[in-house]
Amino acid sequence: MKQPANQTVNVRFAGLGGTGVIKASDIFADVVFRAGHMVKKAEVHGMSQRGGSVQSDVRFGTEVHSPMIPDGTCDFLVVMEPTQVEVVRGGLRSNGVLITPADIATAKLPSAKALNVAMLGRLSRHFDIPEQVWYDSLRAHFPEKLHAANAAAFALGRNS
Amino acid sequence: MHFSQDKSGRLLLSGNEAVALAAWHCGVALGTGYPGTPSTEILESFSALGGKAQWAPNEKVAAEVALGAAFGRARVICTMKHVGLNVAADVLFTMTYSGVDGGYVLAVADDPGMASSQNEQDSRRYAEAAVAPLFEPADSQDAYDLLQVAFEVSERWKIPVIFRLTTRVSHSMSPVKPRFPLGTRPPMAGVPQPEFVRDIPSHVMVPGHARPAHRRLRAKMAEMEIWNDTQGPNRIERRQSTLGIVTAGISYHHAREAAPDASVLKLGLSYPLPLSLIRSFAASVDRCVVIEENDPWLATACRAAGIKVEAKDDAIFRYGELNVDRVRRILAHDSRPDPVAPRGKPPELCPGCPHRSSFEVMKELDCIVSGDIGCYTLAALPPLAAMDMMIDMGAAIGMGLGLRHVLPREQARRVVSVIGDSTFLHGGLPGLVEMAYNPPETGHVLVILDNGTTAMTGQQEHPGTGRRLDGSGTYRVSYEDMARAAGIKNVFSVNPIRERAKFKSLLAESLAKDELTVLIARSPCILAAGRITAWEKERKAAKQGAVESSAASACPECGGAGVPGAGEGKL
Repeated sequence: MKQPANQTVNVRFAGLGGTGVIKASDIFADVVFRAGHMVKKAEVHGMSQRGGSVQSDVRFGTEVHSPMIPDGTCDFLVVMEPTQVEVVRGGLRSNGVLITPADIATAKLPSAKALNVAMLGRLSRHFDIPEQVWYDSLRAHFPEKLHAANAAAFALGRNS
Repeated sequence: MHFSQDKSGRLLLSGNEAVALAAWHCGVALGTGYPGTPSTEILESFSALGGKAQWAPNEKVAAEVALGAAFGRARVICTMKHVGLNVAADVLFTMTYSGVDGGYVLAVADDPGMASSQNEQDSRRYAEAAVAPLFEPADSQDAYDLLQVAFEVSERWKIPVIFRLTTRVSHSMSPVKPRFPLGTRPPMAGVPQPEFVRDIPSHVMVPGHARPAHRRLRAKMAEMEIWNDTQGPNRIERRQSTLGIVTAGISYHHAREAAPDASVLKLGLSYPLPLSLIRSFAASVDRCVVIEENDPWLATACRAAGIKVEAKDDAIFRYGELNVDRVRRILAHDSRPDPVAPRGKPPELCPGCPHRSSFEVMKELDCIVSGDIGCYTLAALPPLAAMDMMIDMGAAIGMGLGLRHVLPREQARRVVSVIGDSTFLHGGLPGLVEMAYNPPETGHVLVILDNGTTAMTGQQEHPGTGRRLDGSGTYRVSYEDMARAAGIKNVFSVNPIRERAKFKSLLAESLAKDELTVLIARSPCILAAGRITAWEKERKAAKQGAVESSAASACPECGGAGVPGAGEGKL
């Protein structure tokens, strides 16, 4: 982990309903949980899924209290949809990391729907979590027919 | 179902999943409810785990089915969102009098901040008003642990209990250490076995029985309060004595983070309040602050008991949910307005949604639209702006009729009541009867938007889909038949996308007549269409098979396809 060991790490996923925000945050929470961390995740379902703005917060470390990230303390902000970057940018701490689709060679994606997995690949570079844990979690979250495409998308993000 | 699991056997669960797993581990015999964000996933998860779970047409019926089961000495859970408790309130206020013979947990999910609701009513007031014990879990582990205590309390005092969740408890995920390994069926020792034992004075709430029942209820609560003071699921965390915080639910976690050095009294059973415990805690710290969302319910109760506590500034903090920043500000007496977050993109009807077409037509005909609750409420937002009122489930019909009764004729003839399929079955049926019973002079037009699913909450089944919660086939009620049976003269069904012109001319003609019309706009939700089509095929094949194999098995109503068990399989 490239973070002080005793500090909570705040990762916010944002985008529009239907862009894979919730799925990406599910996988990320699963990965850090499998890696042995205390983790909490908060999001809002319902009305917001109908194409509107969606956010999902994942917090992990040795001790996590509130599941919601306090204002301006995101260490990582992963934004799936370019139009949402300005809406959510204020949540990032001053030296925080912003990841957007511009960081991915999207033309090389096996499918446009796999963008969220590629973004996870990009995010994965910032954590000392064995690559296999990420792949295990990806497999657990998707049907078998998508495993190869997701592995390719993840590798694209991780190596871009 | 898939749960994240770590090496020590802990699971990463949402609060709703934790409640479901706890219900499964507590040997709950029946789960009932009506879908409503943020409560919906409790029953779905309980069913996926192997529990018997079913959607009712509405929360009142769900609570009544659960009550019958609890009169039969079973353990039951009944789930709903906060506004659903309004519908079930009639049962609640008298079943606390009658009490129960099994264990009854009414899981109610509030929505502070209204992420997906029409109001932010505070269910804690229902607990006090109806005299029901109130449990308030703070996270998934707490929900898992407290549900067991809730059943123990319910069975010990023979009383239904409210298990109050909020959006951030229901939909947040955190680790849970379960009592039994995943995938095993828990031992049923200690779980009551269903059995009917006649007890007319307890179960028939005529005045002569209800008067002593009310006194019994108050006596139970007085006894429970003493128990709660010393043995209840409440916890004092001693840290510094300069600041003490009394809290419950998700507010506990915000408070822990905002004031890590403060001593905390975390309540798990917050009605009947453990007032002696709170009193001694408040006296042990220099400053005692109540941290709670929405109404000042806890602070008011403490103050009424003469306990010196500080409350949040309700001019600011009564509205919306709390978070770490807001709790810091409450503690610092900072009542400046909340920072304004940049506006995100509002939700909208999906591209290709049949509701779009329906509301475009109503807009073209300059209708005055009395609307209802569902995805289609989004039609009220610009650019469509084609719904004029929405209040509660089923209200479309009554409000539309009221307008028709008083408006000048040329305006009255533009009034249309619009309601979704699930919402019609939930709260619209009495409105349909009212329409036939007290028809306005100009008649009325009711449009039922039948998209074949409870779309808003995530595509749940209902009595009009012909499938039960677990996807198995059952009788499918017919809106056409119900409308005719109620006495409606003109009943039509039409596809608002493929037969848009026909829909428009039918609606225009109906508005021009001084008659009663029910117009069913039938086209599947585009998110559910694939599932529905596949199921229809299976249903047809099963029907074919039933007719070919044995004509005797086919019932005249449904041709065999509607018999429970036919057309099996979740799609």
